[in-house]
Amino acid sequence: MNKTTILLAAAGVALALQWAPAGDITGTITLKGAPPKEKVITPYKDDVNCRNLTPETPTTRFYVVSPNGELADVVVSVQGISGKSTGASAKPATLDQKNCLYVPQILAVQTGQKLIVKNSDPVLHNVDVQPANESGNPPRNEAQVPGASDLTFSFPKPEMFLKIKCDVHAWMFAWVSVFDHPYFAVSAKDGTFKIPNVPPGKYTLQAAHRKAGTVTREVEVKEDQPAKVDFTLEAK
Amino acid sequence: MPSPLTTSSNPRLSAFALLTALATLGLLAAGGLVTSHGAGMAVPDWPNSYGYNMFFFPFSQWAGGIFYEHTHRLFASLVGLLTTILALWLYGTKARPWMRHLGLVLLAAALGALIAWPRRWSDALVVGLTGAALFTSSFAWPRCEPSPRWLRRLGLAAFLAVVLQGLLGGLRVVLFQDAIGIFHATLAQLFFVLVCALALFTSRWWQNSLGSPFCAHAPRLPILVTATTLLILVQLILGACMRHQHAGLAIPDFPLAYGKLWPPMDAASVALYNQHRLETVSLNPITSFQIGLQMAHRIVAALILAAVAGCAWQSLRRFGARSALGKLALVWLGLVLTQSLLGAITIWSSKAADIATAHVLGGALCLALGTLECLLCFRQFMPASMTVAQALEPSSEVSGPECRVSSVGCRVSRGGSLFPRHSTLDPRPSTLAPRPSALSRQFGRP
Repeated sequence: MNKTTILLAAAGVALALQWAPAGDITGTITLKGAPPKEKVITPYKDDVNCRNLTPETPTTRFYVVSPNGELADVVVSVQGISGKSTGASAKPATLDQKNCLYVPQILAVQTGQKLIVKNSDPVLHNVDVQPANESGNPPRNEAQVPGASDLTFSFPKPEMFLKIKCDVHAWMFAWVSVFDHPYFAVSAKDGTFKIPNVPPGKYTLQAAHRKAGTVTREVEVKEDQPAKVDFTLEAK
Repeated sequence: MPSPLTTSSNPRLSAFALLTALATLGLLAAGGLVTSHGAGMAVPDWPNSYGYNMFFFPFSQWAGGIFYEHTHRLFASLVGLLTTILALWLYGTKARPWMRHLGLVLLAAALGALIAWPRRWSDALVVGLTGAALFTSSFAWPRCEPSPRWLRRLGLAAFLAVVLQGLLGGLRVVLFQDAIGIFHATLAQLFFVLVCALALFTSRWWQNSLGSPFCAHAPRLPILVTATTLLILVQLILGACMRHQHAGLAIPDFPLAYGKLWPPMDAASVALYNQHRLETVSLNPITSFQIGLQMAHRIVAALILAAVAGCAWQSLRRFGARSALGKLALVWLGLVLTQSLLGAITIWSSKAADIATAHVLGGALCLALGTLECLLCFRQFMPASMTVAQALEPSSEVSGPECRVSSVGCRVSRGGSLFPRHSTLDPRPSTLAPRPSALSRQFGRP
């Protein structure tokens, strides 16, 4: 067997692994118990620039729960996988500043993936990225005047709930979870989530909510078969 | 040459030092509001403000957190200016050549900057105006004797402290370090104390009562007062640590803590506390360390209250309520009681920004008053040559109308006499110079 044959065989194996039939992990997050009542953001109505942007004073958005108890803004991720980030080639994620609020408030990206921060308000904001000290992600604080071009951020290290805040408007804050692999999702308003193209195998799946805490479940992904995992978080 | 430990009794200088102290208190309030509103990073750049020279930042942009942060920066500039003038004033006529030379250097630097960076004309203008102000004011600067060396050095220390304080504030912004904020907050309190001390040392009241045995009949009082003042400083550092973790109230109830005398601080309990907390402003999650910090703050507060009550009791028992020390101790006790109440209201109001800031100011005043009482207590240990009784005697330094008076500070002579009004070295009778009997009443029982 010459060198060319060996190289071709290795490339074939690599290709086969790359194309191995993967499965999706889907599920629904439910909140058990009554969540605390969200608070009205009183400083909002005192701000001359922001209070006229919406007719109603917004409230906090910690527990976004549907009438059936399905919970949004839960970060679901596959544990035990690292170093598989495709962030450099992934579609950029977007965080908007709209009506003096961050939309969405919870999002997740891969390491190296671009995070585009827009300012849709006729109001000056600053985007203050405050990673945890030990995370290895650099802090950054940028001003964004109305109509300014979008800001682009990316994070080199994984970190759960990295905080982004506006210091001009103290009630504006969002959290970005950073993973070094693409196997994660954020639950929608109906509590559902979908993590696509997970390679076959046994995994631990984690569901983390900013207030309701974290739960884990074991899951096995089989070839071309979707795996379904539901989580129940508890409002204590 | 000035005698050691003599002070100036120039009323204008004293009033200016008092003005600087009051401005510093205002600056503390402005800084407290910045932290209370979580607006420390609302202006992302430094020393510029959103790219502008800070004195040219458009007023229309002073919105939300920017208002607090930018006002704080401008107020800091004012206090920096006042402190610089105060330090220069203490140097008297010696400051003239420095001001002239530095003014010329700044004017040249402004011209150079304008040529090199014409787009940064506003920076050049500020530097140029500063240089011009220094240069022109050097001609009108009082031709008076410098204050004593120790007082000049104290003024220089205040100047260096305000410069360092400005740098710390700026580095906090550009280096994203909360820990710098703790040093910034602590130095602010110490700087306030220093400026208050300068106001005291330059006052006529201080000069007239030099060497008075305030605490002669209560030998333990100086130790108790000093220990209490140091405890207040520790308390202020604890408070700065709490505030600059940006985690809000680590314990939301008072007098209990999470409904208990001592709150559970295990990981599960802390997770539960965080889960129940719905913050309307951006706050970091609380940790067991922060809960411990707030418990320590409460315990030290109780210790301070007891210690200040002890100081008041000692002062009243030894000197009576009409003595200077008795009055001061009562004011101190009242202030500490108010401060304790403000601490409780800070918690009950969920850390309302104005209440929390008032609590910071209360802490600063408690520390300043404690330091003042320390200085009064230790004044008796100053050299006997500086007692009022001896100072009232004609000094060997006084040798006629053209004599040099060492302790007059920056008082400009009138009518050919170099003696200041009410100067302790003025051989003319003064109705305001305290007589021994008046001193006895002022300082307590002999």
